[in-house]
Amino acid sequence: MTLNENYIALSTIVRKEVVRFMRIWSQTLLPSVITQTLYFVIFGKFIGSRIGDVGGISYMSFIIPGLVMMAVINNAFANVVSSFFGSKFQRSIEEILVSPMPNWIIIAGYVGGGTLRGVLCGILVFLVSIFFEHPMVHNFWLVIVFVVLTSVVFSLGGLANGIFAKKFDDVAIFPTFVLTPLTYLGGVFYSIHSLPEFWQKISYLNPILYMINGFRFGFYGISDVNVFLSLGILIFLAGSLTVINLRFLEKGTGLRA
Amino acid sequence: MNAISIQKLIKTYANGTKALKGIDLQVRSGDFFALLGANGAGKTTVIGIMTGLVNKTSGQMRIFDVDIDQDHPRAKTFMGVVPQEMNFNIFEKVEDILCSQAGYYGIPRAEAMRRCEVILKRLDLWEKRNHQSRTLSGGMKRRLMIGRALINHPQLLILDEPTAGVDVELRHEMWDFLRELNQNGTTILMTTHYLEEVEQMCKNAAIIKNGEIIACDQVKNLVRLVDQETYVVHVEHVHNLDRLNGHGVRRIDETTFEAELNKKERLNDFIARLSEAGMVLTDLRPKGNRLEKLFLRILKQN
Repeated sequence: MTLNENYIALSTIVRKEVVRFMRIWSQTLLPSVITQTLYFVIFGKFIGSRIGDVGGISYMSFIIPGLVMMAVINNAFANVVSSFFGSKFQRSIEEILVSPMPNWIIIAGYVGGGTLRGVLCGILVFLVSIFFEHPMVHNFWLVIVFVVLTSVVFSLGGLANGIFAKKFDDVAIFPTFVLTPLTYLGGVFYSIHSLPEFWQKISYLNPILYMINGFRFGFYGISDVNVFLSLGILIFLAGSLTVINLRFLEKGTGLRA
Repeated sequence: MNAISIQKLIKTYANGTKALKGIDLQVRSGDFFALLGANGAGKTTVIGIMTGLVNKTSGQMRIFDVDIDQDHPRAKTFMGVVPQEMNFNIFEKVEDILCSQAGYYGIPRAEAMRRCEVILKRLDLWEKRNHQSRTLSGGMKRRLMIGRALINHPQLLILDEPTAGVDVELRHEMWDFLRELNQNGTTILMTTHYLEEVEQMCKNAAIIKNGEIIACDQVKNLVRLVDQETYVVHVEHVHNLDRLNGHGVRRIDETTFEAELNKKERLNDFIARLSEAGMVLTDLRPKGNRLEKLFLRILKQN
């Protein structure tokens, strides 16, 4: 296929994905907004008012980047895993597999859709946060880079999960038992400096810690970890997961008999 | 030029099932070719390898001289595939299903819309273009899958049991449509259980059994191998059937029975025997199952 044909194929998948999540917006966009609003009210307002400042900023300000990032991570992952597995389940994925589209376009298309949903949910949660606090932005471009890269990484993760999943249970296992605990323990609600040294060291093994802190650095210029290391980890994960997904599609793992 | 060229194609599934045991097959460009076989014979596996849904174990396959090992994406540009089972998103609209498929082949949106209109009108689905596919009847869904397979103007159309579960009227409409496509130059490879449609439409056929091609020839030559034909005989009143010994008669009802006639036997002789038995003939027609007999006969031989 020519470059233009590849572009048409890519935009077809992305358009299809966007139409899908916009059509069912009450299932795809609204839940994160409601959940994160509750976090803002309960943790930010009610409990946060008694906690005081963290790293020189109010507790409400502190949790905003983490809660935005939580929405980005969950939605980017959920969009791709549910859409891809849904296509496998209905066998409509065969429409793509019988076409001459190269594998990297399939990956880029699904990741594009997941990234757009992740970023859109992040923007919605951020807009809600303005009702509670006026977060400052230390480095706008860093905020953009972190939110987009994180969305890409978890879209790629969702795709790998979707490729592997054989039944609906397989779609729920990773988000429930891995993603959610890592997100909650990734410094959304606390600075890891408040943890005992042992748990601090354990926390450094959690990749989501680097994403949330890098994103928070973009807002306030404060972070528990080196922001360039955070960026490096995101790029490494994006690269590794792309290679893994490409390998899966080439071999036909979970797709071809 | 061959549209399909297969050499020593082997497929062994992960559970050890040997679906294809080294088949060779050639389908000429412009042919209307049937692949016949019982369930589990390996027909769908051949199509799956061709279209990229199944990984082959070994062997070679070329589509219009393009080796699928060298450039499968290019080989796929020649093909349109109508699978055995529904495989579209049931929540998508008819028009979107076709336009998305066009997009996957790199066809610009405007051109896709134009093709979509032509195809949907030809398949009598234009009025349903804004309906979700799940609201369509079974026959409409089948036509939608044919339409989707045609959106990239394939030179090779592959149909995996396209008329399974389709009513008689729609089946005949589909036959006409497929004949028209073939006359316009599209090579067609079809698997089917309706052997009558092979006789009606196909030029050449191969019979596959347990992963091996056991016969491959022109349909008319294959049919010639059958030395017996079944006739449906209508008479005023069925009686004295024992006088038609040697014709393998089967009584259907009070006025109808089936009889086997050898090809060398003259119909006049059979009609004379009917008169001798005291039956008045009102109608006589071949049952049209010669290929079925051939199928069973070759299977039995092997």
